[in-house]
Amino acid sequence: MPATNETLTALEAVLQGLETSEFRGDTRATVPRESLAEVLRLLRDRRGFDLLVDVTCVDYLNYRDARDRFGLVYLLANTTTNERITLRVYVGESDPTIPSAVPLWEGANWLEREVYDMFGIVFEGHPDLRRILLPDEFTAFPLRKDYPLQGRGERHNFPVLRREEG
Amino acid sequence: MSETINTLDAAIAAPPAGAPPQLDEQDYLWTLNFGPQHPATHTTLRLVLKLDGERVVDAIPDIGYLHSGFEKLGEHLDYNQYVTITDRMNYISPMANNVAWHGAVEKLLGLELTPRAKYLRVIVSELARISDHLLCNGAVGLDLGAFTFFLYAFNQREAIYDIFETVCGARFTNSYTRVGGLMHDATPLFVEKVRAFLRAFPKTLDDMDRLLNRNRIFMDRVKGVGILTKEEANGRSCTGPIARASGVTRDLRKDEPYLAYRDFDFNVCCATAGDCLARYLVRMAEMRESLKIVTQAIENLPSGPVNVGIDQRTALPQKRQVYSTIEGLISHFELVMSNRGFEVPHEETYAAIESPNGELGFYIVGDGNDTAYRARCRPPSYIHFAVFPHLIRGHTLSDVVAVLGSLNIIAAELDR
Repeated sequence: MPATNETLTALEAVLQGLETSEFRGDTRATVPRESLAEVLRLLRDRRGFDLLVDVTCVDYLNYRDARDRFGLVYLLANTTTNERITLRVYVGESDPTIPSAVPLWEGANWLEREVYDMFGIVFEGHPDLRRILLPDEFTAFPLRKDYPLQGRGERHNFPVLRREEG
Repeated sequence: MSETINTLDAAIAAPPAGAPPQLDEQDYLWTLNFGPQHPATHTTLRLVLKLDGERVVDAIPDIGYLHSGFEKLGEHLDYNQYVTITDRMNYISPMANNVAWHGAVEKLLGLELTPRAKYLRVIVSELARISDHLLCNGAVGLDLGAFTFFLYAFNQREAIYDIFETVCGARFTNSYTRVGGLMHDATPLFVEKVRAFLRAFPKTLDDMDRLLNRNRIFMDRVKGVGILTKEEANGRSCTGPIARASGVTRDLRKDEPYLAYRDFDFNVCCATAGDCLARYLVRMAEMRESLKIVTQAIENLPSGPVNVGIDQRTALPQKRQVYSTIEGLISHFELVMSNRGFEVPHEETYAAIESPNGELGFYIVGDGNDTAYRARCRPPSYIHFAVFPHLIRGHTLSDVVAVLGSLNIIAAELDR
């Protein structure tokens, strides 16, 4: 169910001029990067959003009316009232950093590692920010829109170990 | 080894001044590589275990062996083509993935399905839940030595595969849903096969209960192993049977009723212990509840069309309409021509279903084209596998398979 008015009022108390929108029953709020940690803490501790459903990212390169290069998406849910809220944070290409949510939700650990792996967003304060799905030697961020579907030949350059050498 | 002892002796005899002697943990910890090809991982995933004798001190998951860029492909395949990729995510219950993907697409489009399509989607996703739980519990039994139990479970999965083959022609990778409806309508043969399954399956469930629920060996292996508390389950984003075994009562079928779940009478199965046994029991109980839902749905299956009408311009019209009416013909060509398709709003949305493994959701960004701008999948296996090191710490090596089995990690969904 969409976020209640009380939740939105509580958010507005910390964020003057809060931008919210609703689409097909989803409540979305745009949060500036500086206030993200504060807003997440407020929602968890005072509004009961105890479940971090997902952390993901969208690369808005060439997207119509794009606000900035990357948009991080935090999906939160309240497991008692079933309220849901979507937070969106925009970050630029030159400084893709954002505070980590791991101090609040342990579940953010792997979700943020995946976003780092695929988009190169750096989560400040993350305990273990390494690549997770791709090999450590990989240098590109494949879910960025400027990365081609068929790759840049990384697979052909993987080191080959033969049985007799291994 | 003798060198190590000599160094240790020297350290004990003459401790360096100031600092206490530091023992490198490598001196007494074993490192064991578990996987990526190990029969008990069932799929391709790797764990590096640090062992103190038989006790697991730490487990470091190393994943990504099956990463195939499903989310990148989602940005290049159109909304109907991508359903074939969702089959390959959690391939134990592909029907549930199909329903989740097209549920999210239809939410983005603002489409309301026909009652018959809703009921059929409920039936196939509940059958998928039974099939998934049978495999998960069967594999837990197999890994802990109960081979008979596994065969009982797999025998019934075969019946579900037959039903899926009847309804969509494919046993394994179903791709049954389409935007605005389904690939085919259900036939009387499908209804007959589902009814036969509903008659036969309770007996198997009773047999399975009798095989393991009072089995001393099984109980000793799963009771009190891998305990996850309710706070940890929420804090670590767990959903589905794993969270419900820890006392979380969240079930999207009840809490955010999608499709036709509002019409059915069923219970949410929970436990409070949070150990492997609780997860096993929750899954066994959920199969009985799924049976209740399928029974109610198949007996009250609404008649009428299975796809939305041609005025919605999303689902292919019936062949009869294509051959006999001009609207049907135009609509058909509009949909199949490569530069046409349907209009998608310039918006983003998230929709989730209660998949057998937990909350399976898709975050879709539409940009007006017939392909998604971004198709993010919230994979329950990925989130649950992150909990694994926490659950296994302090248990013995033989408990690794019990905990891994009870989490139901499907590596294709884990790595996508």
